[in-house]
Amino acid sequence: MKTINSLKMTFPALSRNEAVIRSCVAAFAAQVDPTIEEISDIRSAVSEAVTNSIVHGYKDGAGEIAVTLKLTEDNCLYIKISDKGCGIEDVEKAMEPLFTTAPEGERAGLGFAVMEAFTDDLKVRSAVGKGTSVTMKKKISSRYE
Amino acid sequence: MTVEILGGENYITAVLCGELDHHTAAAAREIIDARLERGTPALCIIDMAGISFMDSSGIGLILGRKRVAEGYGGRVMIKNPSRCAEKVIKLSGLQSMVLTEKQEKSMKKEQKK
Repeated sequence: MKTINSLKMTFPALSRNEAVIRSCVAAFAAQVDPTIEEISDIRSAVSEAVTNSIVHGYKDGAGEIAVTLKLTEDNCLYIKISDKGCGIEDVEKAMEPLFTTAPEGERAGLGFAVMEAFTDDLKVRSAVGKGTSVTMKKKISSRYE
Repeated sequence: MTVEILGGENYITAVLCGELDHHTAAAAREIIDARLERGTPALCIIDMAGISFMDSSGIGLILGRKRVAEGYGGRVMIKNPSRCAEKVIKLSGLQSMVLTEKQEKSMKKEQKK
């Protein structure tokens, strides 16, 4: 599908950037007039992915989070959030609802469950020691057709 | 994100307002826990009507306070979750912690006594 717009951004992995990044993604999505519900879903899903990078990926130190956005002709928003952190040993296990490696940080183990429930497609790629990238697809309803 | 704690000895309400994520949950946790540990109220209600954004960090915050309160025999309930908060609460299966209208009415009667 033809890409009609795209955006690449990088941010230092700071928890204060959780709000900044989800707001940037929402601003990019706004060009195709999503519903309030769709914007809310996108914001939550992005926040989960970014928080995972900060809390888990970069648990041992500072790093950068890269956000790549792509909007295709068929009104689909592709959101890729990647880090060069520690990576995930067992992606399947990490995606199980309620599984968390950071209960002391009061993580509920629902990050991937939210991403999965609030978007139309979720792909996770990870390599231990190299990093993790999460790609989500959200179909924006066309209200003017 | 702001946290305001209302109420008296036995029964407090923590009114949360704004965006609840991993960054803001840390401050909310400290404020609520300080009050729980000081007064050990029997019931702590988390009022979520003013939540304009929430991700699973909000669930962590609720479950964490539940753990603290249950540690001394207290209880935590959720009141008036906003639309975005409700969606995450439903996904996490915590609906049973949300106060129903009936429960709220009977609590108000209880307080008047």
